[in-house]
Amino acid sequence: MVKYLVALLGWVDERFPVSKVWNEHLAKYYAPKNFNFWYFFGSLAMLVLVLQLLTGLWLTMHYKPDATLAFDSVEYIMRDVNWGWLIRYLHSTGASAFFIVVYMHMFRGMMYGSYKKPREVIWLLGMAMFLALMGEAFMGYLLPWGQMSYWGAQVIISLFGAIPWVGEALAQWIRGDYLISDATLNRFFAFHVMLIPLILVVLVYVHIVALHHVGSNNPDGIEIKKHKNADGVPVDGIPFHPYYTVKDLVGVAVFALVFAWVVFYAPEMNGLFLEYANFIPANPIATPEHIAPVWYFTPFYSILRAVPNKLGGVIAMFSAIILLFLLPWLDRCRTRSIRYRSPFYKIGLGIFTVSFLGLGYLGTQPVTPAATLLAQLFSLVYFVFFLAMPVYSRWDQGQPVPERLTPNIPILERPGLPWCVLRWLVDKIQAHPQYQKLMPVVTARAEDVYNKLPPFIKVQVERFCK
Amino acid sequence: MNRLIFLLLWLPLAAFASESAHLDDAPVDVYDQASLQRGAKLYVDYCQGCHSLKYVRYSRLAKDIGMAETEVMSQFQHGVGNSGDTMRTAMTDDNGIAWFGVAPPDLTLTVRARGADWVYTYLRSFYLDPAKPTGVNNLLFKDVAMPNVMGELQGQQERVADAHGGYSLKLVEKGRLDANKFDQAVGDLTNFLAYVAEPAQLDRSHYGKFVLLFLIILLVVLYKLKKEYWRDIH
Repeated sequence: MVKYLVALLGWVDERFPVSKVWNEHLAKYYAPKNFNFWYFFGSLAMLVLVLQLLTGLWLTMHYKPDATLAFDSVEYIMRDVNWGWLIRYLHSTGASAFFIVVYMHMFRGMMYGSYKKPREVIWLLGMAMFLALMGEAFMGYLLPWGQMSYWGAQVIISLFGAIPWVGEALAQWIRGDYLISDATLNRFFAFHVMLIPLILVVLVYVHIVALHHVGSNNPDGIEIKKHKNADGVPVDGIPFHPYYTVKDLVGVAVFALVFAWVVFYAPEMNGLFLEYANFIPANPIATPEHIAPVWYFTPFYSILRAVPNKLGGVIAMFSAIILLFLLPWLDRCRTRSIRYRSPFYKIGLGIFTVSFLGLGYLGTQPVTPAATLLAQLFSLVYFVFFLAMPVYSRWDQGQPVPERLTPNIPILERPGLPWCVLRWLVDKIQAHPQYQKLMPVVTARAEDVYNKLPPFIKVQVERFCK
Repeated sequence: MNRLIFLLLWLPLAAFASESAHLDDAPVDVYDQASLQRGAKLYVDYCQGCHSLKYVRYSRLAKDIGMAETEVMSQFQHGVGNSGDTMRTAMTDDNGIAWFGVAPPDLTLTVRARGADWVYTYLRSFYLDPAKPTGVNNLLFKDVAMPNVMGELQGQQERVADAHGGYSLKLVEKGRLDANKFDQAVGDLTNFLAYVAEPAQLDRSHYGKFVLLFLIILLVVLYKLKKEYWRDIH
């Protein structure tokens, strides 16, 4: 049997480089051995992409891209199609999960300097994917044809109208009508299910080819290729397969657990993943009280709203995204990883992160004078972080970088401000009277349950805990 | 420093302390089939005359609220029509516009759009207002075109100004049910509408626990697999 399989492999290899591809990208692709938590999100992004393609395919089989039928067909999927509700919730939750995973992936790149030489092209391809993903999500959101679908699209497309001279004509050309209508729905459907998914898949492929050409960065931000053994294998590298395939599978299981919890128990996620107003069919003559995009667009939406002038807001919003593209050239510091950069940059990235999250939160809320002021402050931080980077990062030549990868330190022993804050918080919680009152009860209850377990399970649990 | 922290914490809160109407907690439990059945009957008697539930099929309804299809068809439809039909209303949009000024909306998704608490509060917030053509107004939904269809059960309320510049409602004319019984009836009706808004919620919570249990076991197995492979990596 094995003999025949080997012969078959040989036959194929003569005609198509199966073994070569397998080795180059998995079995003999050497990745740094110190990947941490943040390195799960690349493979998870691919997983979510596949999930979206598959659930999307099945939704397309029942969905009707027609302004008079679209809303009804979504309810038909939710009620009459066997398992339709599951496919739809997987797809709607998948959209939000995609952005969570991608934002984490991008933040990883910013922390460990994964965009720096020689990985600029990987970053640019990733940003192109981010842009495509935003287009994909925006167009997909119109398809259920609810009030938020309709008015969200109305607000965003009308932004093009702010461009001098050609704006109105451009907005009309995008809509294919004087207002959002069946024509818009049909073209958005075409882009959403055909062109943009295709672009995303191609970009993912190119992104990985580029990554495997230069090799993966790591939390220390140093080149593992500098130290190779006699066989030319990096001493700090381990083959991606099986080491990272089995490790990523653990990440997949944790992700699936959280994801399934949302799908089965909180698919609306309190109006964050499925907005309440979107359960009212689109009505061109009744504007909803409060139009808010879905959470993943809100940081950029906040920047748009923070500028009092419409054209200015549009320019600010688009430049906020363009600046991200330019990151590899804005950052003049040669040290990659945040671990060895100056405290100044660490605090800077921290403030930037808080501002980005703050903008995201504000974008979901109605406009008030205080909220606008706060959004303007956060937007200022966002732009200063990037625009002043060429200046401040030039001074920041960081601390000496180690020659070889450093081992991962347990959380309780890590130096640095974030970990100090975390330990301080844990201490505070443990010292709290409520915690001290509750903890014995919880442990007693857990022991109770454990004692009731059949012995063969207990043996397994004990072995596992060791 | 402490004052600065206080200010930073307080500012976002102050920015969003918006005035919103107080909503009462709706007693929603979509697993309580007796309540769903009472709610369905109330809906058919008091609401379906004007409001359709156009995505709800009688057959699916019968299965989910624990009634026989024949029972549902005879009680809710006087034996007319097919159990595969959806819950339409006899009133046309033109009738609605002629009689009330607006076409009564379909109510299938109302609870998902506005929340069960809103529906529960709204139905109990009608008060007498001679200035309106229907003779009533609503504290939660000002100048609503809908008449107080459950007035015969509840009785009639009047609006009373309270000390804080707001309003409260006072029963001035008794109905067929006392206040507790009426709240229960509206609770059943709201519960029914909460089920109707998403029948899949019954499936979700049923399958969810098996999926999560499977994934927990999968996680343990995969974690052990990873540990096994990584034993020799230092």
